[in-house]
Amino acid sequence: MTTATAHQPTSDKPKAVPGRSVIFKIKRCDGPGKPFRWESFKVPTEPGSNVISCLKWIAANPTTTDGKQTTPVVWDSGCLEEVCGACTMVINGRVRQSCSCLIDDYAPREGDTVTLEPMSKFPVIRDLWVDRERMFNALERVKGWVPIDGTYNLGAGPQESPEHQQMRYALSECMTCGCCLEACPQFLKEEDPKNWDTAFIGAQAISQARYFNEHETGARLKGDRMDVLTGPGGVSDCGNAQNCVKVCPKHIPLTESIGAVGRSATVHAIKKFFLGH
Amino acid sequence: MSEQRVIVVGGGLAGLAASVRIAEAGLPVDLFSMVPVKRSHSVCAQGGINACNEVARQQGYSEYEHFDETIYGGDFLADQGPVLEMANWAPKIIDLLDRMGVPFNRTHEGFRDLRLFGGSLFKRTHFAGATTGQQLLYALDEQTRRYTAEGKVTQYTFWEFLYPIVENERCVGIVAQDMRTMQIRAFRGAAVVMATGGNGLIFGKSTNSVICTGGAASRCYQAGAKYGNPEMIQVHPTAIPGADKCRLMSESARGEGGRVWVPKNVGDTRRPTDIPENERYYILEERYPKYKNLVPRDIATREIFDVCVNEGMGIDGSNQVYLDLTHRDPDYLTEKLGGILDIYEKFVGENPRFTPMRIFPAVHYSMGGLWTTYTPGDYNPDSPLPAHKSGNPIPIDSNPGHGLTIGAPNNMMTSITGLYAFGEVNFAYHGATRLGANALLSCIFDGLCNGQSVVNYVRNEAPTVDTINQSVYDNAVKSEQDKHDAILATSREPSEASPEYNPYQIGIEMGDIMNAQSTVVKTGAGLTKCLDKLAELRERYKKVRLADGAMWTNQSLSYTRSVGDMLILAEAIAKAGLLREESRGSHYRTDFPDRDDDKFWKTSVATYNTSTQLSDIEFVEVKKGLVQSRPRTYGKTDDAKDTAKTPEPATAS
Ligand SMILES: Cc1cc2nc3c(=O)[nH]c(=O)nc-3n(C[C@H](O)[C@H](O)[C@H](O)COP(=O)(O)OP(=O)(O)OC[C@H]3O[C@@H](n4cnc5c(N)ncnc54)[C@H](O)[C@@H]3O)c2cc1C
Ligand code: SF4
Ligand code: SF4
Ligand code: FES
Repeated sequence: MTTATAHQPTSDKPKAVPGRSVIFKIKRCDGPGKPFRWESFKVPTEPGSNVISCLKWIAANPTTTDGKQTTPVVWDSGCLEEVCGACTMVINGRVRQSCSCLIDDYAPREGDTVTLEPMSKFPVIRDLWVDRERMFNALERVKGWVPIDGTYNLGAGPQESPEHQQMRYALSECMTCGCCLEACPQFLKEEDPKNWDTAFIGAQAISQARYFNEHETGARLKGDRMDVLTGPGGVSDCGNAQNCVKVCPKHIPLTESIGAVGRSATVHAIKKFFLGH
Repeated sequence: MSEQRVIVVGGGLAGLAASVRIAEAGLPVDLFSMVPVKRSHSVCAQGGINACNEVARQQGYSEYEHFDETIYGGDFLADQGPVLEMANWAPKIIDLLDRMGVPFNRTHEGFRDLRLFGGSLFKRTHFAGATTGQQLLYALDEQTRRYTAEGKVTQYTFWEFLYPIVENERCVGIVAQDMRTMQIRAFRGAAVVMATGGNGLIFGKSTNSVICTGGAASRCYQAGAKYGNPEMIQVHPTAIPGADKCRLMSESARGEGGRVWVPKNVGDTRRPTDIPENERYYILEERYPKYKNLVPRDIATREIFDVCVNEGMGIDGSNQVYLDLTHRDPDYLTEKLGGILDIYEKFVGENPRFTPMRIFPAVHYSMGGLWTTYTPGDYNPDSPLPAHKSGNPIPIDSNPGHGLTIGAPNNMMTSITGLYAFGEVNFAYHGATRLGANALLSCIFDGLCNGQSVVNYVRNEAPTVDTINQSVYDNAVKSEQDKHDAILATSREPSEASPEYNPYQIGIEMGDIMNAQSTVVKTGAGLTKCLDKLAELRERYKKVRLADGAMWTNQSLSYTRSVGDMLILAEAIAKAGLLREESRGSHYRTDFPDRDDDKFWKTSVATYNTSTQLSDIEFVEVKKGLVQSRPRTYGKTDDAKDTAKTPEPATAS
């Protein structure tokens, strides 16, 4: 919840110099299997500039600081308001969305440098664009849906208390950005889809499984979800480092989800043991 | 016999609802999208989705009134049957989304909560925090994933639609390109559903996502599909001006009590919170005492524009006004509007719970789109009825089939047989202005209701595409490959670094002229100037130079191609605006300030002329028949202008 002091401007922030130029140092790669290289660009800023507006400027003026003509940088983006998750990259060493990354905060003085790298846990397609198919695959593995009887007109869904709705809503905002996976020491890059079923699935899918388990109809598939999350690469692979929750831009209570799924996993294992399947 | 396949292009709300419905009916679906469907532009929608509900009903509201509001809001430009059908389906669509698990906000008792939205005096907008579009899109994405897992839907993610394939006047497939490998290939489909969304990027900075170029719609238009009401572009009154885009501040901010004002004293440099009530001019409350801050968007936009541009009363002389929520409890605001307030805080660096926001209008939505047809339903009064009054008996119940004949194969089919348009790319529902929270509804309605029409077309009328000669598909691929190679080849030409032929520069200039001349306030002279500039840009585009010659993941190429397509659509938008010599809804001409029903109660229908490479515009009678036309005033006080000059002290409410 916001408190009355939350609006006080932080005074230790250096004041951004208007009309300055900043240096973008970008880690580039022409495609899978191709080598990485670094290129730098000097970019003029305007009030409100963010990483995307600077990448757009580079696209229109693709000349490096050495005066070399190069190609526009390739990156992924969509909404430009931090709600689609597409534009995630590593900026000055920290994973985050580039659209909400304001240059005034990151490079307030003339000549300051902003470093852009692609996420390291996913295969690079080109430059800053990575392939996060594995995250969508994980959602399929945990049966991330509510098994309704079809789109016929069958009346309203289950009633729900506002408290429960608020809890589910907090989980529902996950935008599949991958920050939590990039920061997780247990989640490792895995290019071969064959290994996705056994490598650690990560906080995003665990939390989503909880989201669906918390819906009255969604819970009908809880057993199937728990089968996956108690199997190889499931919730027990989490080392509880809590990096994930620190970087999640949507403030999703990931450690809480991991805890909840962990407890369900224990119950699930006991049930399975006694029911013998 | 195995069933024929259906192609759906676009995985926003409209495309996903269509995919789910069609797959459920048993036809295999090939779903194409330039982004993982979960990242489609629909994710941006914030405020909510409209539907009649039990609480409003017991206060005198009805599906019929929702219909009447939508027609009135759209200034009577929409054909009325489809709108009636949509309003009648709305409560059932909410129920379905509820069953899918959408976390709609709840009342204490556990029912779905409701909020006020523009154009209505009843609470009829359902919402999930301030990220309703995200939640609805995710719910449909989840159902689509389920069908994908079952093998009923095949997803082609990061594939760009390039052109429809038309044989014997029927659409029988598409050409598409893999945005990573750059492979171009043809896909057979017995029917093709376009659900590719809006075209905000034509106007440069808008509230839209970066893929909303209108390129796909333009390609269908160039292939012969007609385009309806191109000039009807909605400018949203409240956006946060930004360096890369204008971020929306949802109408729900006004629905939850947000008040729009400027200091009465021009040049007042005090902080907004230090300016006392009686020195603030509450623009909309004083000019529209009945609807106050909840007048429809075009009206709010023009009044804000008027106060800033004509009266010079913008904050610090800039083109900005305050949108103020600071009188509400911060915790309440976080619960109801957290998502959008966070956006403001993140991008502006001020907390709107304690400091009024600074906003200005920005291009937001296209009411115009691919022109579509339909079969009317069974409700046809002898003569149109007068305006509906809340609480009065309704002339027709809300059962399906009154506005549209459900499942008729031509529902929302474009002028090319077998090619459909669903969602924002369709022109059918919102007339000359869309009411807030009606777009999500029209997208899902298209998918669910008219998805059935696609199924019936494929089962009963479509040609068997498997037997069509392969050369038809090969030729279509070749034609796209040639266009592609020609653009690619320019990267190898000696580089004149002249910005004149830089695709990004051409895009910027197109955005600037379209925004200046073809949005809030239009004039004949301005639109003529706009058309001249577009002609110049088309000439320059012929010599466009690509900066990237890569054969792998070449985003510049995709963008450059779409700039050409945007220029073509831009011409239709500006030309229809020039020829519509009246003011209606979002289309406001200072040289023709009144609505002219005699001449222009008509749809503007654009056809692409392949020899002139320009649009031919005809005006086609709107099908009337259900409710009578009436002036769209929203109870504006006649002396609003005088009030503006000598404002009365605002009453704090
Ligand atoms: C900021 C914002 C807030 C909004 N808030 C609301 C609201 O509160 N309530 C409301 O009712 N409406 C709202 N709207 C409007 C509403 O969000 C849109 O009209 C609606 O989401 C459009 O959905 P769609 O399915 O038609 O298309 P989109 O969601 O735009 O999806 C288009 C799809 O087409 C694909 N596509 C496009 N071109 C191609 C191509 N060439 N090849 C392959 N695929 C392609 C894309 O990948 C994408 O999957 C809002 C709009 C904005 C911009
Ligand atoms: S808590 Fe678990 S999931 Fe989160 S970062 Fe640590 S190991 Fe990874
Ligand atoms: S849980 Fe948070 S960090 Fe992880 S994918 Fe979702 S939104 Fe991103
Ligand atoms: S572009 Fe959508 S999160 Fe940044």
